[in-house]
Parts: sequence; C-alpha cells; structure tokens
Amino acid sequence: MEEHRDDLASKTGMWLFLFTEMLLFGGLFVVYSVYRYINADAFHLAAQELSVPVGTINTIILLISSATIAMSVTAIRKNNKKLSLLLLGFTILLGLVFLGNKYFEWGHHIKENIYPGSPVLASRGQGDVLFYGLYYFMTGLHALHIIIGLVFIGFIARLIIKDRIVSDNYVLLENSGLYWHLVDLIWIFLFPLFYLIT
Amino acid sequence: MEHEKDHIIPYRTFLYVLAGLIVLTLISVTVTKIHLGTLTVFIALLIAAVKSTFVLRIFMHLKFENRMFTIMVIAVILLIGVVIFITLLDYLYR
Amino acid sequence: MSAHEGMQEPNYLEFKGKYKGIYSWIFSTDHKRIGLLYLFSILSLFVIGATIGLLMKFELIAPGKTIMDAKAYNAFFTLHGIIMIFAVVIPGLPAVFGNFMLPLQIGAKDVAFPKLNLLSWYLYVAGVLMVVISQFTGDQAPDTGWTFYAPYSFRTAGNMLPAVFGAFLLGFSSILTGLNFLVTIHRMRAPGMTWLRMPLFPWTLYATAWIQLLATPIVGITLLMIVAERLFNIGFFDPTLGGDPVLYQHLFWTYSHPAVYIMILPAMGAISEIIPTFARKIIFGYKFMVASSLLIAFVGYFVWGHHMFTANMSGKALYIFSLLTFLVAIPSAIKVFNWISTLYKASIYLQTPFFWAMAFIFVFMIGGFSGLIIGSLAADVHLHDTHFVVAHFHFIVFGGTGFAFFGAAHYWFPKITGKMYDALWANIGLTVFFIGFITLYMPMFFLGVAGMPRRYFDYDEVFHTGNIISTMGSWILYSGLSIIITNLFVSLKRGVKAPADPWGGSTLEWTIPSPPPVENFIETPIITKGPYSYK
Repeated sequence: MEEHRDDLASKTGMWLFLFTEMLLFGGLFVVYSVYRYINADAFHLAAQELSVPVGTINTIILLISSATIAMSVTAIRKNNKKLSLLLLGFTILLGLVFLGNKYFEWGHHIKENIYPGSPVLASRGQGDVLFYGLYYFMTGLHALHIIIGLVFIGFIARLIIKDRIVSDNYVLLENSGLYWHLVDLIWIFLFPLFYLIT
Repeated sequence: MEHEKDHIIPYRTFLYVLAGLIVLTLISVTVTKIHLGTLTVFIALLIAAVKSTFVLRIFMHLKFENRMFTIMVIAVILLIGVVIFITLLDYLYR
Repeated sequence: MSAHEGMQEPNYLEFKGKYKGIYSWIFSTDHKRIGLLYLFSILSLFVIGATIGLLMKFELIAPGKTIMDAKAYNAFFTLHGIIMIFAVVIPGLPAVFGNFMLPLQIGAKDVAFPKLNLLSWYLYVAGVLMVVISQFTGDQAPDTGWTFYAPYSFRTAGNMLPAVFGAFLLGFSSILTGLNFLVTIHRMRAPGMTWLRMPLFPWTLYATAWIQLLATPIVGITLLMIVAERLFNIGFFDPTLGGDPVLYQHLFWTYSHPAVYIMILPAMGAISEIIPTFARKIIFGYKFMVASSLLIAFVGYFVWGHHMFTANMSGKALYIFSLLTFLVAIPSAIKVFNWISTLYKASIYLQTPFFWAMAFIFVFMIGGFSGLIIGSLAADVHLHDTHFVVAHFHFIVFGGTGFAFFGAAHYWFPKITGKMYDALWANIGLTVFFIGFITLYMPMFFLGVAGMPRRYFDYDEVFHTGNIISTMGSWILYSGLSIIITNLFVSLKRGVKAPADPWGGSTLEWTIPSPPPVENFIETPIITKGPYSYK
C-alpha cells in the first residue's frame, strides 16, 4: 500500500486535538468562574500572595519560546536546517526554564505550608482552599502539558536531524508548533486569572 | 494543493508580534496595579483576548489557513463561553 | 456502477498481511478489521452487562434479599452502568459500524489515521481492563453508580481510582475515534461526493464525532478532578472545604447528556439507511434529516441541567434547561416524521432489518415521550430518581441504540461476513426480544409513578406485582438476545453466500463485493448523484 500524504488532513487532525485540549481546560475555567464568583474576596486576597514578577517573567519566557518555534518552521521551509534546530533547542531550553521557575514557585508555597490538604491552608478559610486548589491543579496540568510539549519537540528535532522533516515535508514540525502555541495560549489566560486579578 | 497561498512567513513578522505580545503583557501587569475595581478583571481578560488573537492568527497561522479553521476555533471558544454562561445562570440566581 | 466482478482481489478476511493468526487482527490498521475487533469486544461486554442486569432483576423479584445484599446490588448497578454506558452504547454504533461502514459509504480506502484508529481500540481495551481491575482489587468494588457523584465518590471505601481512570481511558478512545471520523469525512470523500450527496449514516457520525470531540474532554477533566480529590483532598467538590457538589453534577452532565446523543445519533443514522433501502424509496426530507442531526448535536450540548432539576439549582437555570430540553425534542420528532413519510406509497421489502427499524421507531417514541414528561419541571420533582427514569432511559438507550445496533447488525451482516443470516430465526429472535423488552421495562413506568425509587435492592410490598412482571420480562428478553446472537454466529458458519447487494441498497458499500476487498474500492468511485436514488 502506497502511503498517500495529506498534510491538510494531519493539520486538521491536530487542530481537532487542540480543541479537545481547549475543552479540557475549559472545564477548569468553568470551575474557576463559579468558585471565583462565590468567593470573590478570598480569591482577591489570595491572588496577591502570588509573585507577579515571577509570573510575568514566565509569561514572557513562554511568549519568546512560541516565537522561536514559529520561526523554526520558517527556517526549515527556507532549507536552513541548522537554524531550525537551533531555534527548536532554544524553545526546549525556554520550556525548561519555565518549569524551573514553576518548581521554585511551588516550592516556596509548599514551604509556607500552603498546599492542598495542609491544615495551615484549611485554617485560612474555604476561599483560600479553593483558590490554591485550583492554582495547583491548573498550573500543574499546564506544566504537564509543557512536559509533553517538550518531549514532542525533542522527537521532532530528532526527525529533523534524520532529514525526515525537510523543506517540503514539515507538517509534523508545524503540528508540534501548534501544540506549543496552545500551551502558550492557555498560559495567557492562566496568568491574569491567578496573578493579576487582585 | 493549497501551495499558492501557502507563503512562508518571514522571521521579522514573528519578532514584531513577539514584541507586541510582551508590551501587552507589561501593560496588563501595570494596569492591574491601578485600582479599577471590577474593571480590572475586564481589562485583564480583554488584553488576554487580544494576545490570544495574535497567537492564533500569526503564530498558529490561522490568518493564512483555510477559513474553516478560523470558524471552528471561534465556535469552540464560543462554546466554552456559553457553557460557562449557562453554568453561571445557576449560581448567579441561586 | 454495477457490482464489481474483480474476484481476484482478496477480501479483507482472507487477506494475508504481515502478521498471522490473532496478530493479523490486533495489529491490523484496516478499518474493517478494527471494526470487527470493536464488535467482538463490545458484544462480549454487552453480554456481561446484560447478565449483570439479569441478576439485578432477579434480586428485585421479591422484596428483601433474594440473591444479593445492598452492597452487592450497589456494586452490580455501578458495574452494569459503567460497562453499558462507557464500553457498550457510547462506542457501539460509531466504533463498530462507523469504523466499518464510514469509509465504504463515502468511497474511501480507509479512515484518515489508521494507526490512530488501532490506538483507540487499545485505549478502549485498557479502559475496560481498568474497570475490571477495580472490581477485583481493593477492599470493595465501586458502588457510586456510573455517575461517580461527588462527594460520595471520594469518600466511599469502594475502589474508585481504577474505575474512574478506566472511564477516562474509554473517553480518550472515544475522542480519537471522533477525531478520526471528522478528518475522514472532511478530507476523504470520493470525488463528486459533495456534503449533500453524503449518505445519512456518515452525516450522523459527523454530528456525533463533534460531540465526542467537544464534550468528552469535559468529563475527562472532571474525572481527573475526582482523582485529585481522592489523592490530595483538594476540596473541589467537598462541601466541608467550600466546594460545591452540584458543580460536579454540572460538569458531569455537560458531557454525559451530550453522550446520550453520541449513543442515539448514529442509531438514527443506521435507521435512516435501513428505511429507504427496504422502502425502495428516497428518504423523505434528506436535508431536514441532515439539519436535524446537526441540531440535535448542537442543542443537545446545552440541556444537561435536566438531570439536576431536584439538585437545588436556581429557578432561572431550571426553566431555561427545561425549555431547551423541549426544544431538542423537535429535531428528533422531525426524524420520526420523515421515516414514517418515507414509508408512504413505498414498495416495502419485509426483511429483518426493516422489522428492527420499525421496532426501533416504536420504542424510541415511547422513550422520547416519557422524556418530555420528566423534562417538565413539576413532573420531574415527583419522578426524579424513580423507576420511571430507569424505564425512560432504557427505552432510549437500550430500545433506541440497542434496537438500531441489532438492526444495523442484520442489515450489514451480509456485507461484513459475506454470508446471509437465517431470516426465520432472526425474526423469531426479534419477536421474543421485543416482547421481553416491553414486559421488562413497561411496568417500570408504573412502578416509578407509584413512587418506587431506583438503585435499591429492596422495595415495599406494594410494588411487588410490577416487579414480578418486570423480572419475567428480563428472562424473555435474555432468551431473545440469546437466539439473536446464536443465530448470527451460526449463520457465520452455515449461512449461504451473500451477493454484493442482497437488499437492493443504493449506497456505495453495496457496489463492492461482500465481503469487501482489502482496499475497498478497486477503482475510486465517482459520485454524480445523491444517495438513495431508486427508480
């Protein structure tokens, strides 16, 4: 059986998959809206404890990484394999820095005994419990997506090295980019909802 | 088959958009420092919406794709909005 | 386009690929073989689920403990629900007949992503295994019902984690099937097959696939939250920590109501194939059929609240949900009218699939009308959580999807296996099954109105008569089921050879030999007219 290649089909498939990811987080946004509505003041106060500078830096890191992976597609299409790989490497590096920041941020909160199930958190009232519950769950799920994205991009980089992704067959690279942009897109909403709405 | 409209996006487009996105992020951070009450939420989400439009249209090149994709994306976003709205109908009037 | 005589092409059952024996099935990426993998998995689970149902009905033959106590009964209805909903009816028509027939009906060689198609079967099997594991590990089998309602689902000693994770995997499998179908329909229709020349079964699969894609993630995240709740005690749905259990119900039904349309839409699609074929007539109101499928999928997304009328929602939400529920009845009714109108002045060919279609319409209408009764706010206060609801959804889910499944199984049996089933035994099976079905579920309406609650192993003496009739119905139904399944298996061995087009059908699958060749179409068909053209 000769493989018939349909790039538009695989791109459509990727977009449809991204829709499921959007809905996955969409469910969490439903939960967030309801609990924020019920506990408006507590969410307001709890959000002030998150570090805006760290959040801002992480946002900018993700935005830059999005731009680098998008440019990597341009590079491969201009037949510039080296630059494409370099940009992908840069994307992976930025993703790791993001995770590192997140690690220290979580560590900081956990050191202050703010984590789900902690008695200190419970004593601060239900609004705080829900805010931090959502914070850990949503940023955690997002971080998990970052990790999946990094593995995906690493796999794509391997294909570029092996010349399986070239200037006229680059849809997989594009798809990994789409995934990475979606992860960025979700962060664009998580950032104001947790760090800025004070 | 769609090769004619499949043009290569130049590097500088991405850099401009990136600069724009960073500026918007900084604006968003600055604005929340001013006390505007409920408007803060509105502005923060508005800026997030503008940022995501850029990401969707340029980074995810919806601008250069078949219209169908744009329609689907808008439909999905609306769907999430409607689900949140209907769920809130319960909580707002309880 | 006449039946192709290209007999030198091996059919998909005889084809010798890279692998042999069982491996030629479980490693096959051929949509037809994957369809059959699903068929056998789903059929086995269906028999298990039906047997559990039979045991539950036997428990209810008399008040008090008959064969099981409350704990066992709770575990049984949970397992019955999880298996039947997540592993049988949701994938039932799309994964079996959708997989097999979609590429044939749109003139494609396979689905868009054959490997992904196989992966979704593996996810399905993994999900089922997790559910099985939940039964045999831990201190106690899950006992929450298939709905996993919070806060009980994270407080019970039942072994919830594997069951919930299993449901998550089954959902993921369903998403991948939907994604595959959407891309297939968008990209792989035969030349000339415009959207409005596509048969109705693919159309319903299209509408279904959108629901699978856009609703299933919501239950996915909800189940993950239940997992997090059990593991980390976060408090999402725990009232003592500020969470709201009603929000769990919102999220759960945001998926699980559309899931009902995942079950029923392809069933309606299969019926829409059977009726024009045996009526020898173009389907009445093709465009309305298409539009009503899409409308059902769309409106059906926003009616989830009618499962929660007694859960203390706000008044505004209540009447909006009730209104939307009534609205969704309109496109379903359009379909029924169109099926009936197709029969008007038709020259009807009385064969088993057609009888199944008629039986479907009958039970589906009873199910649909009873749905309107519980969709109205005041009536639901009385009927909520009674046997009336049990009767209602069995009429829709078992009567609707189940009847259509068997109708489709008989309709496409010659195409899939290359053999004809034994018509006499098929008709006897259907008759017994139908009588059993009505005897089993009809008394439940009366029991429900009289106030018998669901999900108890015990009941008051006043409900005894109805329950005896109902339990006897379950025996008849089970006998009918045995006849039908045995007949199909015996026909597989002994049936006479089927021609390419035994029914005089006009959709593309009937233009190729039975069973179909590996690559489906020897030459790509070119479509010049709509489906169902009979002269």
